This record gives sequence, C-alpha cells and structure tokens, in this order.
Amino acid sequence: MDLKELYQEIILDHGKNPRNKKKCDGFNKDAKGNNPLCGDKVHVFLKLNDEKQVEDISFEGEGCAISIASASIMTEIIKGKDFNVAKKILENFINMLKEGSKPGINSLSDNENTTIMSLSGVKQFPMRVKCATLAWHTFLHAAEDNKKVVNTEK
Amino acid sequence: MDIKEIKSKFPIFSNKVKGKKLVYLDSANSSQKPKVVIDRISNFYSKEFSNVGRSMHSLAVTATNRFEETRDLIKNFINAKFREEIVFTKNATEGINLIASTYGEKFIQDKDEIIITELEHHANYVPWHFLRKRKGAVIKFAECDKQGEVSVDSIKKLITNKTKLIAVTHVSNVTGTILPLNKIIDLAKTKKIPVLIDGCQGAPHLKLDVQKLDCDFYVMSCHKMYGPTGVGVLYAKKKWLDELPPYQGGGGMIDEVKKDDISFPESPTKFEAGTLQTAEIVGFAESIRFIENIGIKNITQHEKEITEYGLEKLKKNNSVSIIGDPKERGAILSFTIKGIHPHDIATILDDDGVAIRAGHHCCQILHEKMGIPATARASLGIYNSKEDIDILNESINKCNKIFNN
Repeated sequence: MDLKELYQEIILDHGKNPRNKKKCDGFNKDAKGNNPLCGDKVHVFLKLNDEKQVEDISFEGEGCAISIASASIMTEIIKGKDFNVAKKILENFINMLKEGSKPGINSLSDNENTTIMSLSGVKQFPMRVKCATLAWHTFLHAAEDNKKVVNTEK
Repeated sequence: MDIKEIKSKFPIFSNKVKGKKLVYLDSANSSQKPKVVIDRISNFYSKEFSNVGRSMHSLAVTATNRFEETRDLIKNFINAKFREEIVFTKNATEGINLIASTYGEKFIQDKDEIIITELEHHANYVPWHFLRKRKGAVIKFAECDKQGEVSVDSIKKLITNKTKLIAVTHVSNVTGTILPLNKIIDLAKTKKIPVLIDGCQGAPHLKLDVQKLDCDFYVMSCHKMYGPTGVGVLYAKKKWLDELPPYQGGGGMIDEVKKDDISFPESPTKFEAGTLQTAEIVGFAESIRFIENIGIKNITQHEKEITEYGLEKLKKNNSVSIIGDPKERGAILSFTIKGIHPHDIATILDDDGVAIRAGHHCCQILHEKMGIPATARASLGIYNSKEDIDILNESINKCNKIFNN
C-alpha cells in the first residue's frame, strides 16, 4: 500500500481546486448522497437534454480529498457525454475500484483515461472506496430520477 | 509506574501495522485488551463454561459464581450501595435505551421535558428521540460554549416543572470536556429531577463513587475499559430498579408464568432477559482487576500527563487546531489540520502505524455547532507514552508535506 499512489498530484489538485463545484445553470435533475459513517455529503446537479446527453453537470458538498477529487473528476469526464456512455464509464470506474480492472473505454481520450486512472490507488485502501464512489452513485440517482438519498451504508 | 511493562501485557502491541510499530490512539473508541482478559475468556470456555443461573450441575454453579463475582467487583469499583444495582447490558447504548424505554414508559407523558447537552454522543440522544416520537416528550439541549464547556447555568435555565430527566455525558468523546457532574447533580436534586450519566469516557479513566456522586443512573462500556466487547453496565439506584417495569421479556427474567399473567423477580434479574454474554462478563472481572492493580488514580494521572504533553506539542504545530479548550480535560485530543480533511489525515497516519479516528465520532450535533463536518481524534489509554505523541506529531507533519507542499 503506497500513499503516493493514493494521493497523486491529479487527486490533490482536484481535491484542492475542485472543478464544477457549484449549482450549474439550468439543471433539470439532481440527487443527494451521504456517507453517514464519515459525514461526507454530496449534491449532484445535472442538465440532461432531450437526446439524453449530459449537457452540464456540477456538484456541491463536503468531504475528504478523495471524495471531492472524485466528484470533480467525474463532472469533467461526464460532461458532454451521452448518458449511456456515462453509465458505462461509471460501471467501469466502480469495477476498477472494486476489482482492479482497467477502466479503458474507447470513448475516453488518453487524457481522460489518465485522469480517471489516478483514482485507481483507492482500491488498496478499502475504507476509502466509498469516498471515491459516492458522487458517481449520486450522479446515477440524479439521471434516473431516483429521489432516494444515496447512502453508502445501504 | 512502568508504562513499558504495562504495555507489554497487551499482546496486540507485539504485532506490526504496515511494518510499523502500532501507536494506538483510539481508546475512546475501544481500548485494547490485556492478555489476562483474553486468557480468562479462553480458560473459562475450556474449563468452566456452562450457562449461568439455570442448571443444577457443578459447572453451572461454578459459572454462575464467576459471573456474579464480576457484578460484585463492579459494585465495589464504582462504590454502589447494593450489588442488585448493577445490571448487565450488551453495551452502554443498551443501558441508555433500557432507561429511556422503562423510565419513559412509566414516567414520561406528552410535553414532558428531557434535558441533554450539545456534547452528547448519539447514544445519549437517539433513545430520547424515540421517546419524543412515541410519547411526545420534548428534548432540550444545554448549550456548550466555544471551549466545549457546558455550564451548570446552561442546564439550569432549561429546567421547568416539566423536566423529567437530565441525561449528560461524564466526559465528551470529542472535546474531552469533563462535565461538572457534582454541580449538575446538586442542582437536579434541589428540583427532584433524576440524572443519567453516560460514563463511557469517564469510567475507564476517572475514579468513580456513585454514592458520593448521587446520580440516579450511570452507564458504562466494558470494551472501553480493557474488557471484552458485547458487555455494558447499567448502574441504577435500587429505588428506580424496584419501580421500573422490565425491559425485554424472555427466559431468566420471570418469577412465575401462567396463562393469564406473568410476574417478575427483582433487579437485576428483572432486566437481564435471555442468556447474557457469559464468558465476556466473566472475562471483564479481569479487566477490573487489571485496572485496580494499576490503580485508577494512577491511570488518571498518567493519562493526564500524556494529554498535557500532547496538547503542548500539537499547539506548537501551527497547522493544527485543537478542538475545545475545557478547563478539565479527559484523555482526548481532537484536532483539525488546515486544508486537510480528517479522513485523509487518518489514512496518512495509518501509514505510519498511528491509529486514530476521523469523522463526527457519533456527535453530529456538536460538529454542526462547531461548524466543522469532521475532526481527527487521538484518544489515550494506559499504554500510551510521550513517544506515541511524538510519532503522532511527526505523522501530522507528513500530512502537511503531502498536502500543503
């Protein structure tokens, strides 16, 4: 287990200067997520157009560097993507954290792949996987109009 | 007092964590167990085990005697007047739930008031919330100030003729504040209001005399007292235990069972339904002996010394903010580091073998009041030394190196 793999430059940067950390204009879907054990909270705002494309996505919340960085990276990567593609990215991302598989997706640029891979070190810290997946699960709830608050303990 | 020698009695410290020496600073969460306690449980199962209080055979008699011995030891440890005042529960949480349920059933009516404080652990709030939902009770929160103190006045001004109970913690599990229990109880007595003390962070560290303290209820968590998990103790004055209805129903807690009615025995039997954590309760006797062999006053003194050393050291570390500044502090140091979330602190410290807890520590009301979502907490036990604090401080510097470079 290596701390350097967990706290990579990209993660520290997104943790300190999160992208899209606001309520985006004209959002038409949103959902909340909680990690009751730690007190992490996230609120994802989503603008999904008629073609089911993620026109805009943002988040608000508080949490550790991992959870904030993961939310920030998610918004960067998912913005502009078709919902079905976004869903596939999410599935691959979660598999990466739980099973260590590579997230390699054809639709992602090299840069996007590098960014998302920066979170792969979390797998070695089982207690932190929930921090990294919270925003992603919350995005799915928002997109699918699931009004239930995401709870990492359920 | 030779702390190295005392520490050597805890097998866990002979293991490495991530190749590092274990620096255990999470005793407020649960303490480590000395070998005598671990061995006692194993021996009991190997040589003396049987269910207690039921069968007539020799093993049952021995097991029952061992089990009841623990009750006597606890009675003496806290200086209760009668052994019947000691009720075994599965944890301190259950002790509070027992009182909320039974006292609530009998004495709480719609609009009756229960006073707690903003410092309380969820275990001393949620059970009263159930009563609020079930019976329409009103819960009032005595305010804590910036230092983390709850003054007697802040409780006094909440008291009305509807106040039916005051339930407060002995020591805050976040700020370490030792509450002015004597004054709070004196005040409550003048108004004839019973007082429940959540003693989870008090009993393992401070000398207790429940007769002198004159509280009505005091709950303890045995796994925080170098004892096994699964055991809690409820102390309650006999007059209450005589008056309160049973809590859970089942075997062992009945007097006579007929098709049309059931009668119940006296305390503690009335409150101990079903088979209890027999081996753990027997094992807990060794925890009490372990504490008494060192001397609870020596424990208080040693932990005070290390806490003060820790305070001094962390205060010098500019990146660190200590949570609360109570006049009387137990063996707890909660802190934040500028620009680093407590979960990240905990992960980085863990890499150095330093075990702390990060989060809201089951005190969301207090964290909301302080305006911070989470804190990092170092809490001490008898095995901690100044060296542990030095390693903690070094590791905090490492957090800064990773994050604030």
